[in-house]
Amino acid sequence: MENIIEIKDVNFRYHNSDEEDLGVNVLEHINLNIKKGEFVAILGHNGSGKSTLAKLCNAILTPSSGVVLSYGFDTSDEQNLFDIRKKIGMVFQNPDNQLVATVVEEDVAFGLENIGVPTDEMRKRVDEALRAVDMYEYREHAPHKLSGGQKQRVAIAGIIAMKPECIVLDEPTAMLDPRGRNEVMNTIRMLNRDYGITIVLITHYMEEAAEADRIIVIDGGAVMLDGKPEDVFSQVALLKSVGLDVPQVTDLMYCLKEQGFPADTHIISEEAAFDLLYRLLL
Amino acid sequence: MLKDITIGQFFPGNSVLHRMDARFKIIITALFIAMLFSANTIIGLLPGILFMALCYALSKIPFRLMLKSLKPIIPIILFTSLLNIFFLDGVVLLRVGFVRITYDGILFTVMMILRIAALIAGSSLLTYTSSPISLTDAVESLLSPLKKLRFPVHELSMMMSIALRFIPTLIEETDKIMSAQKARGADMESGGLLHRAKALVPILIPLFVSAFSRAMELALAMECRCYQGGEGRTRLKVLHSKGADYIGLTIAMLFLDATVLVDLLL
Ligand SMILES: Nc1ncnc2c1ncn2[C@@H]1O[C@H](COP(=O)(O)OP(=O)(O)OP(=O)(O)O)[C@@H](O)[C@H]1O
Ligand SMILES: [Mg+2]
Repeated sequence: MENIIEIKDVNFRYHNSDEEDLGVNVLEHINLNIKKGEFVAILGHNGSGKSTLAKLCNAILTPSSGVVLSYGFDTSDEQNLFDIRKKIGMVFQNPDNQLVATVVEEDVAFGLENIGVPTDEMRKRVDEALRAVDMYEYREHAPHKLSGGQKQRVAIAGIIAMKPECIVLDEPTAMLDPRGRNEVMNTIRMLNRDYGITIVLITHYMEEAAEADRIIVIDGGAVMLDGKPEDVFSQVALLKSVGLDVPQVTDLMYCLKEQGFPADTHIISEEAAFDLLYRLLL
Repeated sequence: MLKDITIGQFFPGNSVLHRMDARFKIIITALFIAMLFSANTIIGLLPGILFMALCYALSKIPFRLMLKSLKPIIPIILFTSLLNIFFLDGVVLLRVGFVRITYDGILFTVMMILRIAALIAGSSLLTYTSSPISLTDAVESLLSPLKKLRFPVHELSMMMSIALRFIPTLIEETDKIMSAQKARGADMESGGLLHRAKALVPILIPLFVSAFSRAMELALAMECRCYQGGEGRTRLKVLHSKGADYIGLTIAMLFLDATVLVDLLL
């Protein structure tokens, strides 16, 4: 499959307001490729550099050394800015701080207005996007009267109206209650499955990460693990040593194994865990 | 407590007034203000008040809302009318000690109350019947000739619409911070004016800090959505003027003429 984001030997350090170097590499020797249509989850404890990595993908930040190629465009070149951002949308943690307009549909239209889409076409795309996230009935509501999950879905609609090929979501469910989290996760899954949009999901919830095709674990600014969810989560001891959890069922398998039962830590779904427990008990 | 403010709120509806072009509504509001201020007598105020009543009737906004919009200005009205009643010179009607009430004082006070009340109630109608977005668009469109003078018209209207978007969010936040400070023992209800002003500091500082961090995040989100200023921007909703808008404008002008005539004749 084709690589849509290529991160090649990237180092990154922040500068303070006087352009002075802060002296610490927040990201170190990162080499990553994101493939078209993938659903990638990024894990890592607070301050490990996940958000920084996300911002490198759509040219909000540019690498201190190394290259980031998004859809073949070098993110360090100012001229490519809008080409990249049209293809890679970004959703942030706090839904309140990313909605610009006082009416839902106007907010969804914001990005389209910026790139100069004609009014008729815009109307169509806004309605389509709102239907896709199941918020069409709320198109004339004020954003501040919606629930957190609804706001976040409006924010996602604003991104998909621009027909991006990839969406990077930085902890989109962190401020939501379980119900809102479910709504947003269903939307994300649907975008990946039905629209073929590449998803990069940064999250602290292991259950959410378990749904991805691939998990990347970042620790101290470097890639620590990268692989299928079953393989990544089977490294229970390693994950725990850097302050991360594993899904509850995997944890259960791990404990059973430690007690000498023939359990398998590659299990990440409840059904598989149930089957195994059933067999053990028989 | 902060949620009771009705000035500046929008009440969605489908009346003639709701459907009018916001640009025309702004111009008509300006004409209405001109009516109120060109009148020199109480009778001269009548056309303006009549015009306002007509608009309220057309808008189908409940009467009770109009009264509600007047509530916050009651202290101002009371204060200025007291001053005016006692301190204006003219034909003396009543004298108690050194306090006197004059005929002119009463007349002037009544006029002033009518004028301020009509001003607030009438101009509230503009925001009651127009969505914030249509208003900021209208301002942008009305000011667009200034673009030639390099006046940042688009930026101004963007700032207005972002401010409108964040007012409810920040009000909610203020409520939260107030509760949090109260839970820590802050006393905001008692004490003199100075004491209460001081009690506001621990509310304002966290509010500002959070407003700035919100602003940073919003700017980032806007950049991610390809915002690059007003250049080359298209709009989801384009303002259209219709026959009804011109009729409304004509009626407003007739009422202004009536005001001027009444004043001239009397
Ligand atoms: N604007 C900035 N200026 C200076 N340092 C920063 C800036 N933003 C982040 N950092 C630092 O860079 C490091 C990585 O931050 P980053 O936000 O990428 O972490 P994260 O993995 O997203 O954390 P979290 O899970 O809390 O969101 C942290 O040590 C942080 O203190
Ligand atoms: Mg982060």
